[in-house]
Amino acid sequence: MEHVIHLTVNGTQVSGRVRSDRRLVDFLREDLELTGTKEGCGEGECGACTIIMNGMAVNSCLVLAVEADGSEILTVEGLARGGELDPLQEEFAERGAVQCGYCTPGMLMSAKALLSKHPSPTEEQVREAIAGNLCRCTGYKKIVEAILAAGGSGRA
Amino acid sequence: MRVIGRPVVRLDALDKVTGAAKYVGDMKFPGVLHAAILRSNCSHGRIKRIDIKDALAFPGVHAVVTGEKYPKPTGLYLKDRTLFAVDKVRYYGEPVAGVVAETPELAREAARLIRVEYEKLPPVYDPLSALADDAPLLHENLGDYEWAPVFFPKPGTNISNHFKLRKGDVEQGFAESDLIHEETYYVPHIYHSPLETHVAVGYADGGGRLTVWSSCQSPFAVRKFLSTALDMPLSKIRVITGYVGGGFGGKAGATIEGLVAPLALAVPGRHVKLVYTREEDFVGAYVRQGLVARLKTGVGKDGRLRAQKCELFWDAGAYTEYGANIVRAAGYTSAGPYDIPNLWTDSYCVYTNHPSGGPMRGFGMPELHWALELQMDTLADKLGMDPVEFRLLNCLKDGGVTATGEVVHGVGLTECIKTVAERIGWGKKKEGVEKGIAIMCKAPAMPTNASSSACLKFNEDGSVTLMTSAAEIGQGAMTALAQIAAEELSLPIEAVSVSCPDTAITPYEWQTVASRITFSAGNAVVLAAQDAKRQIFQNASYILGDHEMELVDGQVRVKGRPELSVPLESVVMGAFLPDGSAKGGPVFGRGTFTPEGLINLDPETGQSPRPVAFWTFGAQGAEVSADPETGKITVHRLVAAFDVGRVINPVTLEGQVEGGLVQGLGSALFEEMVFGEDGQVLNNNYVDYKIPTSMDVPAIETYFVEVAQQDGPWGARGVGELPMVPTAPAIACALKRVTGTLQRKLPLVRHGRD
Repeated sequence: MEHVIHLTVNGTQVSGRVRSDRRLVDFLREDLELTGTKEGCGEGECGACTIIMNGMAVNSCLVLAVEADGSEILTVEGLARGGELDPLQEEFAERGAVQCGYCTPGMLMSAKALLSKHPSPTEEQVREAIAGNLCRCTGYKKIVEAILAAGGSGRA
Repeated sequence: MRVIGRPVVRLDALDKVTGAAKYVGDMKFPGVLHAAILRSNCSHGRIKRIDIKDALAFPGVHAVVTGEKYPKPTGLYLKDRTLFAVDKVRYYGEPVAGVVAETPELAREAARLIRVEYEKLPPVYDPLSALADDAPLLHENLGDYEWAPVFFPKPGTNISNHFKLRKGDVEQGFAESDLIHEETYYVPHIYHSPLETHVAVGYADGGGRLTVWSSCQSPFAVRKFLSTALDMPLSKIRVITGYVGGGFGGKAGATIEGLVAPLALAVPGRHVKLVYTREEDFVGAYVRQGLVARLKTGVGKDGRLRAQKCELFWDAGAYTEYGANIVRAAGYTSAGPYDIPNLWTDSYCVYTNHPSGGPMRGFGMPELHWALELQMDTLADKLGMDPVEFRLLNCLKDGGVTATGEVVHGVGLTECIKTVAERIGWGKKKEGVEKGIAIMCKAPAMPTNASSSACLKFNEDGSVTLMTSAAEIGQGAMTALAQIAAEELSLPIEAVSVSCPDTAITPYEWQTVASRITFSAGNAVVLAAQDAKRQIFQNASYILGDHEMELVDGQVRVKGRPELSVPLESVVMGAFLPDGSAKGGPVFGRGTFTPEGLINLDPETGQSPRPVAFWTFGAQGAEVSADPETGKITVHRLVAAFDVGRVINPVTLEGQVEGGLVQGLGSALFEEMVFGEDGQVLNNNYVDYKIPTSMDVPAIETYFVEVAQQDGPWGARGVGELPMVPTAPAIACALKRVTGTLQRKLPLVRHGRD
């Protein structure tokens, strides 16, 4: 069965026709061509597909597109505003928190959700916030440092 | 230094943090079709019948391909595998057929309709059983395969490579030893786990040309592999690689491309996309093979190593086209970073009905050093010698001799050990934790003629495009190579852009593996820059006259007369003279690098004065505790020091080493592929196969020693794989001091009451 959904993605109103079993990650990547959001496992285990939905970091592979009807969604493509990078993006780039980059979008969105609630988090809070985002390249150290720097600066 | 040694921001950083970066799975192809693979549910069996009728008739299906169409065996070093199973299956999960359909769901549904009948054969799941006289043979036709002459398969057995090393007189060495220790060590299979699973897209055009977009480390190796298997000339195959979402060796050689290519050839004019599920990714490429290592080591009362006998039995899986060389590399490195005068080593590559073993970060060195370093720590204990002192006494130093008889120079290992010992507070008590140390060495294991090449194309404004076929797999190759180019050409880093590999356009690169890109491709970039400078000076000479020139800050200057200069951008397209005439032409630098003078190992003794391009050395320390109630093991701190020759980029280097340490930590504490009784992987997901998360990571400190590699670019040598090598043994040695027991099998298990 198909449904018409209306939602806000990165500040823009969008609509779409989706089947009941269409996942949000596929709607974003294929229908909206927002391929910044990655899929790593399809089972909510790796966090690569993390987006922010109504202020919460969620795995978009575990959300059906119909469930996102009426919601407000932020993906990695919406982090930079008016040509200005988000402080998290700047710190990730500057501090070497990016290697292969495949976990980066999900990592950024988990971090963004954290900083929205706790603008100056502790290291423990940062580690917990990204505990569901696997990274095989960096060993997390520079990611944690980048998030702390973006938070500590009070810019986020 | 303007650029080398500076924390230059990665060239790909902004592309990646904005989500704009396109990986192969993100690319859009018009009218793309989707593939699914039917994999065997039998680990050893003869294929009696494959019935594809129902799958072919399924709505939305365009093609079904099975092995009979491509029976020619292929492979990197030993041609022992086919694209899809032919006649036999040899592991649970082996590709038997592929389906092309309108959607991934339809392809998967249709694949389930293919009926395969197997005559089950007895399987063998461990290397020692596979060596028994009555063991079932996996490859009855081993003797008919082709292999590179540096490998020694034993037809009629399950041994696909027997590497031998004989140095000095090992029995005499034991006779002269005051203490001899014999022990066996075990390493399980583990999985690379890149966050991006394998992805490839194939397209066959009407003219018999094939293009493959692949998330791979080695586009030229893929092209060669496909050329053999598909019986197509190299010139008709093009392989394109974008950003790769992590490789760690699992995307080296050729893997998924061998499935997508025949499927694309079945539907010319249509793109065919294949994306591995996470579950499929566990067995769909390579795994790190298992190892049983038997060591017998003799040492004098003075603490000096006298002799070592080493038997390595590799559980190399069903196909060893790549794995055969891991066995060889571990064999010729079997003394590790130690100077041992008498050695006897047998390293066996053994077929078993497990998934194919292949390259994974460290290429046999983490497995080998697991055994070696635990053995050395035990010897130190038995001698009553401090483990750091023991290693300082016996480790390779300038003028030391490796297992193959090579005399090494420029070895910074002693400094690495001392740095780690000092930084971790060796010898100082710390409440609640114990400390351990492990050291290592590694060389790139590659054919003696493995080459790199680079082109530097100047743009009209004096900026330059660097073309290599080094894959950007996260390691920062793009940035390091750009820094080398910028330094050589006296350009700001912003003036250098780097392209991703495309076998039709970018120049030849053997493979992005073996921690060799900074060294090998880096050297090619230096040579390309020198070639470009010659052309720049030639063009400038038409204006400035024949003088010795230099390139400084975007100006071409006559040496010693800085007032005689022209801006670089005015001569990169040739020289334009006052009368309006032109001379010279656009600058296009080329450089190729092959490490010269590498000599094959003697087939009987494994000896060679120079078998490898370079050695990298390092040391690591760990602080560990265990809860006496629950047995929970906690790693508090990891300290590492590596002799990298020259730091090209401190930030990317640190990041790569930190990541390697954590990957090593995962292999020490969590990671093991668990197989069921039918040879199937039981824990093929992230709930059951744990890799470290942000909550598992201890404090990490990294230090770098810089004893220049004489023939390295700006003195640099490779380091990418190294940090994973000594981590597990360093942790195990510390844990031994906590619990009083040495665990000889990975991963380390907790002992306590839950």
